[in-house]
Amino acid sequence: MQKKILRLVVGVGTIAALCSCGDTSNVSGINTDGTNEGDVLNIRCWNDEFQGRFRSYYPDYMETDSDGNDILRDGTKVVWTITANEDNAYQNALDVALKANETADADDKVDMFLMEADYALKYADSDYSLDVKNDLGLTDYDLSQQYQYTKDIVTDSNGALKGVSWQACPGLFAYRRDIAKEVLGTDDPDEVQQHLSNWDDFNDVAAQMKDKGYYMLSGYDDAYRAYSNNISNPLVNDNDEIVIDPMIEEWIDTTKYYSDMGYNHGTTLWDTTWSADQGPNGKVFGFFYSTWGINFTLEGNSLADPTAAKELGNGLYGQYAVTEGPASFYWGGSWLAGAKGTDNPYLVKKIMQTMTCSRTVAKHLTLDTLDYTNNKAAMEEIAEDDTYGSEFLGGQNHIALFAKSADKIDMSNISPYDQGINEGIQTSFADYFAGSVTKEQAWDNFYTNIAEVYPNLQRIED
Amino acid sequence: MDKRMKINKRKKKMSYAKWGYILLIPFFVVFIIFQFIPLMQTFYYSFYEYYSIGLSEIGPNFVGFSNYVKIFQGSILKYAGNTLILWILCIIPQMTISLLLAVWFTDIRLHLRATGFFKTVIYMPNLVMASAFGMLFQMLFASNGPIVDLLMDWGWIEETFNINQSVWGTRGVIALMNFLMWFGNTTILLMAGVMGIDNSVYEAATIDGSGPFKTFFHITMPLLMPIFIYVVITSLIGGVQLFDVAQIFTSGSGAVNNSSKTLMMYLYKLIGTSKNYGEAGAVSVVLFVLTAFLSFLVFAFTHRNPNKLSRKQRRLVKEYQLKGGEKDA
Amino acid sequence: MLSSSKSLEVTRSEKPENKRMKITFDKAAKRSKIVVIIRKIIVYIVLILLSILCVFPFYILIVNCTRSNFEIQQGFSFTFGNFFLYNWESLFSDTNIPMAKALLNSLFISLCTATLAVYFSSLTAYAFHQYNFKGKNALFTFVLLIMMVPTTISSLGLLTLAAKYNLIDTYYPLILPAAASPIIVFYMRQYLDSVMPKELVEAARVDGSGELSIFHRIVIPVLKPAMAVQFIFAFVASWNNYFFPALIIQSTNKKTVPLIIAGLVASDPTTFDLGKVYMLMTIAIIPLLIMYLLLSKFIIRGVTLGSVKG
Repeated sequence: MQKKILRLVVGVGTIAALCSCGDTSNVSGINTDGTNEGDVLNIRCWNDEFQGRFRSYYPDYMETDSDGNDILRDGTKVVWTITANEDNAYQNALDVALKANETADADDKVDMFLMEADYALKYADSDYSLDVKNDLGLTDYDLSQQYQYTKDIVTDSNGALKGVSWQACPGLFAYRRDIAKEVLGTDDPDEVQQHLSNWDDFNDVAAQMKDKGYYMLSGYDDAYRAYSNNISNPLVNDNDEIVIDPMIEEWIDTTKYYSDMGYNHGTTLWDTTWSADQGPNGKVFGFFYSTWGINFTLEGNSLADPTAAKELGNGLYGQYAVTEGPASFYWGGSWLAGAKGTDNPYLVKKIMQTMTCSRTVAKHLTLDTLDYTNNKAAMEEIAEDDTYGSEFLGGQNHIALFAKSADKIDMSNISPYDQGINEGIQTSFADYFAGSVTKEQAWDNFYTNIAEVYPNLQRIED
Repeated sequence: MDKRMKINKRKKKMSYAKWGYILLIPFFVVFIIFQFIPLMQTFYYSFYEYYSIGLSEIGPNFVGFSNYVKIFQGSILKYAGNTLILWILCIIPQMTISLLLAVWFTDIRLHLRATGFFKTVIYMPNLVMASAFGMLFQMLFASNGPIVDLLMDWGWIEETFNINQSVWGTRGVIALMNFLMWFGNTTILLMAGVMGIDNSVYEAATIDGSGPFKTFFHITMPLLMPIFIYVVITSLIGGVQLFDVAQIFTSGSGAVNNSSKTLMMYLYKLIGTSKNYGEAGAVSVVLFVLTAFLSFLVFAFTHRNPNKLSRKQRRLVKEYQLKGGEKDA
Repeated sequence: MLSSSKSLEVTRSEKPENKRMKITFDKAAKRSKIVVIIRKIIVYIVLILLSILCVFPFYILIVNCTRSNFEIQQGFSFTFGNFFLYNWESLFSDTNIPMAKALLNSLFISLCTATLAVYFSSLTAYAFHQYNFKGKNALFTFVLLIMMVPTTISSLGLLTLAAKYNLIDTYYPLILPAAASPIIVFYMRQYLDSVMPKELVEAARVDGSGELSIFHRIVIPVLKPAMAVQFIFAFVASWNNYFFPALIIQSTNKKTVPLIIAGLVASDPTTFDLGKVYMLMTIAIIPLLIMYLLLSKFIIRGVTLGSVKG
C-alpha cells in the first residue's frame, strides 16, 4: 500500500516536473518509470556547488542525513563523493571508479559525475559517459532551450550528446563601483565598459588605477581566461604536440608588465589574499569572473562579516557591478554526465531534466544566485524585465548584458588536455611574474611538469 | 645403549631443526608475495612504456632503457639534488646539536638536572604525524598566518610574504621540520654510544688535564665514530625517502621552480597522478640502487673486524708504545 | 701516638711549598668550578631554547584549536579561547570531512598492522634464536639485507599486484605486508639472545609440549617488554603512514587520517573555517603525543635497546 502511494507521488511529481519540459515519448529500451532502480545514487564532483543547487532546487530532495547523504522522496539515498581537483585527484579517482563500474556493487556504482569545461572532452569522447538522448531518454524538446555551445562542448566525435549543464558561463569583469567613481568618474556599467572595451584601453585604466593607489587586478591568473578562450587553435594538435597560441604569449607578456608596474597584487587565484582583496579591506579595482562566480565566490568574499546577513551595509555588498570587459570569453561551467553502468538511469535522467532543462528551475536559480543559467527562454524573460536588478550588484540587470553575448560563445578550440595545460602554465609562470625565474626557465618547468602529467604530449622544438 | 641414545639424540636434534624452517615460513611467504615479487615487478615495468591517457592505457610496450634515458634527461637529477640539499640542511644542525646534547647529558661533571624532562621533550616531535606537522607549518607560515603577522608586527617585512616563492625559505622550513622530528632520536642513540665508552678513558683524560673541548675531539669523537657514521648513513637512507613533510608543506607543488621537490614526490606524482608506470619503475630502480649502496656502506662499516685497527690507529699505538717505553725508562 | 701523627700532619701542611701547592690547587679547583658553572648555564640555555622550539608549534596548535576562525584570523595569541567544543562539533558534523570514520579506519589498520608485525617478527626471531638448521646464518644475513631497503621502492609493484587481484581500495595490501618486518625481527633476535635461556625450552619439551605451544606459553611472556615497545613503534609508523595508503585507498569513507589531511591541503585550507582545520590537526597529532608522554620513559629506553650495534 505504501509502495503504491509512493509510486503515485513519484508519478505525479514527475508529471509536474515534466510539465515545463514537454512530453517524454517512450524511447525503446529506456527505463521510463523508475522501477527496478538502485537504492543509492552516487554522484561525484570536485566541490559542493552542484550539491548546493541540488538541495535547493530539486523537488524530490527531502533532507540530508547525519552522514551527509541526501534522502529523496522515494527513499533513494544520494551519496556525494567530493574530491578536490588538485593534482588531478578528482579525475584519477573518477577514472578508477568508472573503469570498475561494471563489476562494482550496485550501491557503489558511480551513477552521475560532474565535469568541467577543461576536461569535459576527455569524458565525452570516452565510452564511460552515457548518451543523454539514446541511453537516458532526454528529448530534443527537453534540450531545446539550452545554449548551443553548452551542447557542442560535450558532443562526441559521433555526434552523440554526452552531458548537460545548468549553466552558461559568459565571462565578465566585476568592478568596484566606489573605485570606478573615484578614478573614472562614473560607476555606470555602460560607461565603465567604454573605458574597458579593449586591451589597450584596459591597460590605460590600469595605469590610472595605479596613480590613485589601487590595483587593477588581484592575481596573476585573473585575466588568463580572457586570453586563453580566444585562441585560434586547440592547445594540442593532432600529433600530440603542445601548441602555444600567440594569445597565451600575450597574456604572459601583459601580466609580466602588470606585475613589474605594480598593477596587480601578485596573488594566486583562490588564495586567501586574493579572496581578501574582494572584501572591504581590498584595494583592487576589479576581478575577471564568470556568472557562477558572483554568487559562489564574490558575494561571500565581499562581506565584512561573513556570519551576518548578506545585505547592503555589510562590506562591499551592493558595491560591485559587472561589465563585459576587454574580450568576450567564457569561463568554466560544470556539466552533468551519466556514468556507464549506472543502476539508476531513470533517476539520472530526471535530475538532468530538472536541473538543466526546466525553465522554472533555471529562472529561480538565476534570480537567487545571479548565475546565468542554460535556458534561453528564462534568460530572455529576465533580461527583458525592466524591474529586475540584483541587489548585490547595486541594482544592475546583468542578465540583460549577457543574453546577447551568451549565444555567441565559441568553445570549438578545446582539447582533453586543457586542464593540465592551463594549470601548468599558470603555475610555472607565477614564478616568472614574481621574478624568481626567467621566461626560459618557466617554459622548461612547464614542459617538465606537463611531461609528468601527460607523458604522451610532445614539445615543439624551435 | 650409548649408541641408541646418541642416535635418538641426533634424531631429536634434526627433528627440531625442521621447526626452524617451519616457523620461518610466514615471514618468507609474506616477504616473497608482498615485497619480493612487487620489487621484481617494479624492475620489470621500468623497461616498458606504460602509462594512462585519460581513460585509456598505453602499453605495456617494451622500450628497453628509454625510460631511464627520459628521466635522466628530465629532472631526476634536479630532484635528487633537492633531496640532497634538504637532507644536508637538516643533518648538519641535527648532528651538531645531537652530539652536543649527547655529550652534555652523559657528562657527570655537569650534574644536569631534569635530564629526563628534556629528553622527553626533545624526543616528542618524533612521534608526530609528518603530514599533520607539514600542514601545521603550512598554516603557520601561510601568507596570512601567525608567523608572517609576527614578522610584519616587528617590522621585518612590509607586505605579506609567500613562503612558497622563496627557494631557501621553503627549504629552510622543511629542514627545520625534519630537524625537530629527528634530533631527539639521534640524541638518544648517540647517548647510548657515549655511555658505551668506558669511564676510565675519561678519568684518564681528566687526570691528564684535558679540558672539555680536547676530550671531545680527541677521545669522544674517535670512539663514537662507528655509531656516528651509522646514524648519519641511516639518516641519509631516510633522507632519500623524504616525502610527507615536503609534499604537504608545498601542497605537492615543490615550491617555486620545483626547488623543494624531492625524489619521492616525483615518484608519487608518476604513480598516483599520471599513472606513468614505466618511468615510475625507472625512478624506483634508481632509488633502490641508491639505498642499496648506502645500506651496503652501513653493513660493511658495522661488520668490519673490530680487532683490525685502522692505519691511523696503528700509528697512534706505535707512537704511544715508543713514548711509553721511554717514560717507563 | 695519635697526637704525634696529628702534629706531624700539621707541621707538614704548614711547610711553605705545600702551602703554595695548596693555593694553586684551590685556585685551579675554583677556576674549574666557575668553568663548570658557566658551561652549565650555557647547557641549560641551549636546552631551554630547544625545548621551546619543540613545544612551540604544538602549543600554538592547541591554542588555535580553542579559538574561532575569526579570532585566528585576527592574529596571534598565547591564551586559550572558548571555542574548543564549537570547533569539535563543527569538525565532526562536517560531512565532507569524515573525521570520525577516518580515526576508526586508522585505528583498525594500525592495530592490525602492529599486531601482525610484532607477532610474526617474534616468531621469526625465535626460529633463528632457538633452532639450528642448515643455511640459518645465510637466511639471517638475508633478513639483514632486506632490512635496509625501504618498502616504498616496491610500491609500484605492490600497487599493480593489488590491482590485478582486485585489492585496490581494500586494507589487505596495507596490513598483510607487515608480517615481514625485518627490523623488528632483528630487534627481537637481539633481545632473545640476551634474555632467553634455552634450558627453559628444553624443560618444556621434556614435559611434552609442542613447539608452537612452547612459543606461545613460554617465549612470548619473556618477550613481552620488547614486544610492547615494538608494538608502539609499529603502531605509530602505521598511524602516520601516508605514501602507500594514498595510492591504494580510493573511497572517501575508507580514508585514514593522513589522507584526510592531504585532501584538505589540496583544497587550500586557508580558505576554510580555521578553527575546524586546527581541530583536525590537533586530533591527528595530540592523542599520540599524550600516549607518548604517559609512556615516555619506556619508549625512550626502547629506542636504544637492541638498535645500537657495537
